[in-house]
Amino acid sequence: MWGLDFSTLDWNEIGVASLDTLKILVSSAIFTFLLGLPLGVVLYQSSRSSSGWVRTVYTVLSIIVNILRSVPFIILIVALIPITVSIVGVSYGVLGTIPPLVIGAAPFFARLVETSLREVDRGVLEAAQSMGASTWQVIMKVLLPEARPGLFAGITITIVTLVSYTAMSGMVGGGGLGDLAIRYGYYRYQNEVMIISVLFMIILVQLLQMAGDRLVKHFTRK
Amino acid sequence: MADEKGSDFVYEEPFLIPSRGLFIFVCYRLGTVESDRCCTGTCSKGTGKESFGLIELKQVTKKYGKGAKTTEALSSLDLSVRKGEIFGVIGHSGAGKSTLIRCMNLLERPTSGEVWVDGVDLTKLSKQQLQSKRRGIGMIFQHFNLLSSATVYENIAFPLRLAHMDKEKLAAKVDDLLQLVGLEDHKDKYPAQLSGGQKQRVGIARALASDPQVLLCDEATSALDPQTTDSILRLLVDINQKFHLTIVLITHEMHVIQSICDRVAVIHQGGIVEQGAVTDVFLKPKHPVTREFILGQAGESAQLALDAPHDGSSRLCKLTFLGQKTYDSILSRTARETGVDFAILQGTISKIKDIPYGQLIVRLEGDPGQIEKTIQRVTAEGLDVEVLD
Repeated sequence: MWGLDFSTLDWNEIGVASLDTLKILVSSAIFTFLLGLPLGVVLYQSSRSSSGWVRTVYTVLSIIVNILRSVPFIILIVALIPITVSIVGVSYGVLGTIPPLVIGAAPFFARLVETSLREVDRGVLEAAQSMGASTWQVIMKVLLPEARPGLFAGITITIVTLVSYTAMSGMVGGGGLGDLAIRYGYYRYQNEVMIISVLFMIILVQLLQMAGDRLVKHFTRK
Repeated sequence: MADEKGSDFVYEEPFLIPSRGLFIFVCYRLGTVESDRCCTGTCSKGTGKESFGLIELKQVTKKYGKGAKTTEALSSLDLSVRKGEIFGVIGHSGAGKSTLIRCMNLLERPTSGEVWVDGVDLTKLSKQQLQSKRRGIGMIFQHFNLLSSATVYENIAFPLRLAHMDKEKLAAKVDDLLQLVGLEDHKDKYPAQLSGGQKQRVGIARALASDPQVLLCDEATSALDPQTTDSILRLLVDINQKFHLTIVLITHEMHVIQSICDRVAVIHQGGIVEQGAVTDVFLKPKHPVTREFILGQAGESAQLALDAPHDGSSRLCKLTFLGQKTYDSILSRTARETGVDFAILQGTISKIKDIPYGQLIVRLEGDPGQIEKTIQRVTAEGLDVEVLD
């Protein structure tokens, strides 16, 4: 069909690549979450503060986040190689892909967190304050639970973005399906590999989005 | 009801007086001193009698903005709320009433002035001290401000969890509160599944969970329909009596003040323009803003009465009955005796909280001497007479 021959496909390699993609996704998603969530909370809290120096902290953080978000990811990967090596020891493969992914996606996720925290009704925060809640209690028991649907939507968007980032990291030998699609499919004109890889990624994104939507729906109480 | 002007005993409460501050004299009737003094201490069950300020605002000023754009929401405002009473603050939107009530638990920090609650100046407390003090001050809101992600049960349990109450005690407490506000059947629902009145009941239960001494109500019924408003007001009166809980409410509806408040303050442009027992303020308003609020209820018919024809041989009077006198036939009895006729041009007979009152505008007709005599007689009988022409 269309001059394609799927019989020569190395399914073993596709299986390994799929698994790599999942490994990269899961671990970078976890680290993105662990880094981005507190960063988002700090952004939100500091933007509301009345104290001058806290506002300065906000401005500085905000500029850093903007810079990290404006650098094209492919350039970020290369620029971060020294840092990547110092963290995981290598700059390629599954391990070498994770640090740049996290550094690229965490600021993005932090902004999404900040936005969804802003959606939380200020009256509810005030009510908690009036009951004697400390700032920490307000964050943990009111802000984050109330923002849960928005946070899950943000996580879903971030993970889907990570899927496309993993493909880009294929350019520098990052491993996974994107790597496969570029190395075999694009460089070696093996369209079959490219099509299958892309197809798998489409399915992956669909599944992730559906799962995310269900979570959001489950936690929406309004 | 205590009458601040007419009281015969002046008591100076030493610990409420800051060294450099203003002397507050709180007056109340002789004979209640002993029990009142008890109420300011640790005893939780009061005697039902009024006492000196549980909440005292002293020279509270709140400014917003900086420099030339500064607006003053409250200006050097003094206010005293007694233990166990339901105190109402009425004012138009923008008068500063919301800022005022939010100053009472420091959700809004005054630019200057002192906020004393139960003998403690909140403005001097550290962050932690303020947090623990706030547990003794419940608050309910116009838009309820419930956690949308938590069930009714969890919402009520929230302040208890903040205070790390142990599980069994918490469950028992929440069940009691659910019963108090009549929401036992709804405990697993989320706020979005409740009606406005039910949401406010959750708000009330949540505010009561930490056994506060004071309940602040920020326009608590303004988002509710009239029937629901009444049921919430009844609930507030119930808890006021049951727990001897001091309630401060702000509203723009005279009806709310009239139904449940003991005392009222009228706020206008950031200052208190009139305050006192609701019966006094309501029946004999002095400030134009107060009049406006009260006339808002019966404005047209009062005007109608003043437009009614009358000449030299008749007089227009406003008679005010208060308390048990409302039920007496003072007017017809006196008129029969003096031979004066009367026409009722406008009238209200109702209740202020649980005190019956009547206010009639009547035209007295007949011999001028006899009319004068009638006025003297009914005044002697205890009615308040205001000659309008």
